[in-house]
Amino acid sequence: MSEEAAALQELTEQKYKYGFVSDIESEFAPKGLNEDVIRFISTKKNEPEWMLDYRLSAYRRWVNMEEPTWAKLHYPKIDFQDAYYYAAPKAKEGPHTLEDVDPELLRTYEKLGIPLHEQEVLAGVEQRRVAVDAVFDSVSVVTTFKDELAKVGVIFCPISEAVHSHPELVKKYLGSVVPDTDNFYATLNAAVFSEGSFVYIPPGVRCPMELSTYFRINAAKSGQFERTLIIADAGAYVSYLEGCTAPQRDENQLHAAVVELVALDDAEIKYSTVQNWFPGDENGKGGIYNFVTKRADCRGKNSKVSWTQVETGSAITWKYPSCILRGENSVGEFYSIAIANNYQQADTGTKMIHLGKNTSSRIISKGISAGKAQNTYRGLVSINARADGARNFTQCDSLLIGDQCGAHTVPYIQSKNPKAILEHEATTSKISDDQLFYCLSRGIPTEEAVSLIVNGFCREVLQQLPMEFAVEAQKLVGLSLEGSVG
Amino acid sequence: MLEIKDLHVNVHGKEILKGLSLKVPPGEVHAIMGPNGAGKSTTSYTLAGRAGYEVTKGEIDFFGEDVTTLAPEERAARGIFLAFQYPLEIPGVSTMNFLKTAMNSQAKIRGEKELNAAEFLRAVRAAAKELNISEDMLKRPLNVGFSGGEKKRNETLQMALLKPKLAILDEMDSGLDIDALKLVAEGVNKLRSPERSFLVITHYQRLLDYIVPDVIHILAGGKIVLSGDKSLALQLEQNGYDAVIAKAA
Ligand SMILES: Nc1ncnc2c1ncn2[C@@H]1O[C@H](COP(=O)(O)OP(=O)(O)OP(=O)(O)O)[C@@H](O)[C@H]1O
Ligand SMILES: [Mg+2]
Repeated sequence: MSEEAAALQELTEQKYKYGFVSDIESEFAPKGLNEDVIRFISTKKNEPEWMLDYRLSAYRRWVNMEEPTWAKLHYPKIDFQDAYYYAAPKAKEGPHTLEDVDPELLRTYEKLGIPLHEQEVLAGVEQRRVAVDAVFDSVSVVTTFKDELAKVGVIFCPISEAVHSHPELVKKYLGSVVPDTDNFYATLNAAVFSEGSFVYIPPGVRCPMELSTYFRINAAKSGQFERTLIIADAGAYVSYLEGCTAPQRDENQLHAAVVELVALDDAEIKYSTVQNWFPGDENGKGGIYNFVTKRADCRGKNSKVSWTQVETGSAITWKYPSCILRGENSVGEFYSIAIANNYQQADTGTKMIHLGKNTSSRIISKGISAGKAQNTYRGLVSINARADGARNFTQCDSLLIGDQCGAHTVPYIQSKNPKAILEHEATTSKISDDQLFYCLSRGIPTEEAVSLIVNGFCREVLQQLPMEFAVEAQKLVGLSLEGSVG
Repeated sequence: MLEIKDLHVNVHGKEILKGLSLKVPPGEVHAIMGPNGAGKSTTSYTLAGRAGYEVTKGEIDFFGEDVTTLAPEERAARGIFLAFQYPLEIPGVSTMNFLKTAMNSQAKIRGEKELNAAEFLRAVRAAAKELNISEDMLKRPLNVGFSGGEKKRNETLQMALLKPKLAILDEMDSGLDIDALKLVAEGVNKLRSPERSFLVITHYQRLLDYIVPDVIHILAGGKIVLSGDKSLALQLEQNGYDAVIAKAA
């Protein structure tokens, strides 16, 4: 076979284009999980005593906890001792500038299309700029535009750095939305979390650029335990996006994240996710196990949090970004696209907890199942007795491609306030042969036709994404369904 | 340009077309008429290459090329266009986006350059105006909630922009009021040219008053039983299919 033909074959067969491995010398914690490993992580990060205590207390609780089994997910029992809980590229100690970063790491981000050079971003054609925190396995490689953001008082840094630079904020807010007792995976995360981003927007500040964190798993046999904390003080606004990819491997790898958002009076946080962890191959081999606890506390009156997620990756997705609507007039939104192809399993949805008066929430979920995949929407809308004037609108649409996949909708509603207004709509549809033929007859080939129809199905959610990422997400939607028809 | 030779087609194992032969030279308009269930839509789907319409015998030549086994998108790129009897709805995809995707896909298959955004917009707006299609309708999801007449106008718009060499119109007149019928027929007539042929499927003389055919074929029992000039439509209108077919036999 000619070189060209081989390259072409590789291109067409390799559907997951982020599946490469970077050749980076890493250091690991000893394999498995025990108190020594937790001390190891804490020492690596040079943490103060209170942080280590927090971790150890979570760990001691975790060893007596049971894995949740209520989700519609089937996978072999995870051996939590058969993984590394810390993996980091060998590098100099202390905070990094771009010059200190291993060139191989920089090449990795270039390959992933993540801009780390501020000058290039500034020189770019795009009007709107994006600040990036690049997390590689258990450490942050670099965070861009930190200085410029600091000028308006915005703090954007790796959480391990915030522990040192802003301990008062971390102490006040860490675990205040997702307590370390919350659930099996959140408790595990509290014990072993390694890296994630910390964001603080001071009162009245509208963050001048999009913030984003890019998570990359590289090392084999390692888990990633992202921890992100975002606080929007009174009247502040921020739009934040996270992206995730991992190499293509035969073994499963664990990602257990905790994300906490706090919105004070009149503040707004827009949190978008494009999750593209390695989904496993066509036969269901490999892929990331993604167990994530994401929760927002709309603490202040008139506060607003909007979750938008595009979930295309992971072999297993267990994820329910939620809003606690505590403040009067606070608003929670959840816009979701979950695609499960081949042998992927997704169990995802949201919880909207209405505590305050005149709180409102909106849920738009678009689930797409193809191949032999199972896709479940699981959601809870809960209205407290005192939440007068609360209202929710929920719309769950499922799209099936082929007849070997499944779509399930599990909406729970608990209303203790008889005056609450709750609306729920659900539909299930298929891409019909008629629709496909209609596209084909106009000259649109099958794969593109599927992508077009699915993107149309997801339009309401895609519209919620920041412009910079919407086009990328549209392409991803098409790519992740390649080979699902015909 | 189009030559169908002794075409036999099975649908779900049942033979529907049983030796259909037809020749449409460039620039001509041919009408196909025939009773319900005669195989008119089957003919149009087979020409467009729909899966499940299995050609067991015979062939379809298009500009001298045997296209019988070509994929539908390849046929479209070569200039075969089918205006559907029942156009499909595609939620969330605007007419604008659909058209752009279709035009770019065809250009790609033909190895031509894609239109730039400004050229595309100009072309769409001009064509839409002629068909009395509003900007708002171009932005709405394709055919979703469109009235019967709007759907047919939208099919005509697609045809105008895709500029096919052979346009097959399957019951373009069904569901149209008299004004819409005129509009669509005018749209078609504007597209008539020495390089473009039409295959117009209809039940009614009325459409053929507006789109005047060169030849009329009567399809019954899966084959063409009678061909003639436009006076044939009048005979049908007066005497019905049975009598005309019986006389021809
Ligand atoms: N998918 C199918 N399965 C089984 N039979 C089919 C299928 N499609 C078409 N047929 C049959 O093929 C025959 C021809 O149908 P076709 O739609 O081509 O007729 P037509 O001439 O277009 O009729 P009309 O004037 O009602 O539109 C009919 O008997 C129909 O029932
Ligand atoms: Mg028909």
